[in-house]
Amino acid sequence: MTPTLTLQCLTKTYGSQRALSEVSLTVAPGERVALLGHNGAGKSTMMKIILGLIPYDSGELLVTGAAPGSPAARRQVAYLPENAAFHPALTGLEQIRHYLALRGENSALGIGLLERVGLGPAAKRRIGTYSKGMRQRVGLAQALIGKPQLLVLDEPTGGLDPVSRRDFYELLDGLAAEGASILLSSHALTEVEARTDRILILSGGVLVAEGSLGDLRRSAALPVSFQVTPQREALAEVALALPEATATGETLTLSCDQNDKLRLLARITELGSKVADIDVHPPSLEDIYSHFSKRAGQ
Amino acid sequence: MNRITATAGAEFRIAVRNRWVAISIAMMALFSLVLSAAGSSATGTIGADRLSVVVASLTSLAVYLVPLVALLMSFDAIAGEVERGTLSLLLTYPVSRPEILLGKLLAHLAILTLAVAVGYGIAAVAALAVDGEAIAGLPALWRLLWSSVLLGATFLGVGYAASALARRPSGAAGLAIGVWLGLIVLYDLGLLAAIVADNGGIFTTKVFPLALLANPADAFRLYNLAASQATSAAAGVAGAANTIPIWASLTSILLWPLAAIALATAAFRKVTP
Repeated sequence: MTPTLTLQCLTKTYGSQRALSEVSLTVAPGERVALLGHNGAGKSTMMKIILGLIPYDSGELLVTGAAPGSPAARRQVAYLPENAAFHPALTGLEQIRHYLALRGENSALGIGLLERVGLGPAAKRRIGTYSKGMRQRVGLAQALIGKPQLLVLDEPTGGLDPVSRRDFYELLDGLAAEGASILLSSHALTEVEARTDRILILSGGVLVAEGSLGDLRRSAALPVSFQVTPQREALAEVALALPEATATGETLTLSCDQNDKLRLLARITELGSKVADIDVHPPSLEDIYSHFSKRAGQ
Repeated sequence: MNRITATAGAEFRIAVRNRWVAISIAMMALFSLVLSAAGSSATGTIGADRLSVVVASLTSLAVYLVPLVALLMSFDAIAGEVERGTLSLLLTYPVSRPEILLGKLLAHLAILTLAVAVGYGIAAVAALAVDGEAIAGLPALWRLLWSSVLLGATFLGVGYAASALARRPSGAAGLAIGVWLGLIVLYDLGLLAAIVADNGGIFTTKVFPLALLANPADAFRLYNLAASQATSAAAGVAGAANTIPIWASLTSILLWPLAAIALATAAFRKVTP
């Protein structure tokens, strides 16, 4: 299968600052890819280059087999900007009909699109009266026009509540199942909710990590932390048995590598009834994300 | 073509909602009424029909008002899209920048045409009601109408260019007002001062006619006054430029809209969302 999107050693500089440094990646049809990074990591720059809105300095870039921003690429690519904005004087329906006309689609499809994103009842109200989440839905509705091959979504879940966010990811699953590739950006790993096939972490314009959530977890190899609460009278005894632990009040905290996890657990269980409680904390998504982001010196 | 008309449709709707249609029509209608009333006493002495006299006064009015309305409608066209953040999304659609501009131009020009047609129509009806001879002035009124539309197209293009160059609505508004002051008010004052200083020398005979043709508003005034039989009713710059052939002013008012739109397209191409 030919990839929907191919980047090869893509570099972009603003003055002396490198916004993107030799970024390479491919996105296959039907693949959902999350692009993660801090503010200023280069996510929006990368998306705008893919959309052909801003030029790049060097490298190669093919969008649905065409040059970025070319009429052929624009016909196949849909975009949802961060903080989607529209003219406040138009109604949601008028705005969608306009976008349908620009893509050469039947404007009668407008109401169906708005209903699909839950805006049916507000379709005939002016966008000026919409909330941020509603504007975001108009943005999503326009991105669904005409079965695009590639959807570029810049922080799409920003203004959405948790329920809408889940609906949104369900919508994406449906699009991906029909063969659309999805590239979406986010600030945090927790937000993409493991609903994507692949995660890319961008830091200071460099692609620092790439893979599924499991891949990232393994390659980060962050320690697992244990919190052991001994029985009150056995506190000293347990602390002696676990000399590497640090005590805070009545709990002992220890950490170990992923590989030593079971061995440590066995040592703790040997203490039997002297231990009142135990909590095991695998590295959180935030820990993994900041591990990769920090590694690049951010 | 469909993309241009779709853009024009959306822009027209926005202009209706923003009251621009109502404001520009009311403005033209009001001024035409005032002029018709004020001009009603002068006919007998000049020997021209009443409508031709009204056309002469309307020409002087249109020189100020049509560019102003055009600039007011156009200064926000691109800078506003940049500021609202709607331009980046629009530019990812399969629509070219000239198509976007032409769509906006179509909508704004339609509104302007409506406004001048209503304004001039009121003046014509008022003149015809009191003077049967006024029918002789209808060709002059028709000429004023289409040349006003061309003048409007020129200043819409200039407004889009200012909008694209400024990138911010506030800056674009300032630039538009500056252009209006410069081209409509100060330009003529400057020429007048130069003529006085020159005292019939090379400037007055050679440079001055060209300077008039180079300004779209002056060319518009020249064309309408030279073509009208009521030239003598008009004072000022036009009287001094009787020597300029009518084809020259006609060429100027035909070329200016194209030049202004080309300028706007070039400026718009440089805008990065």
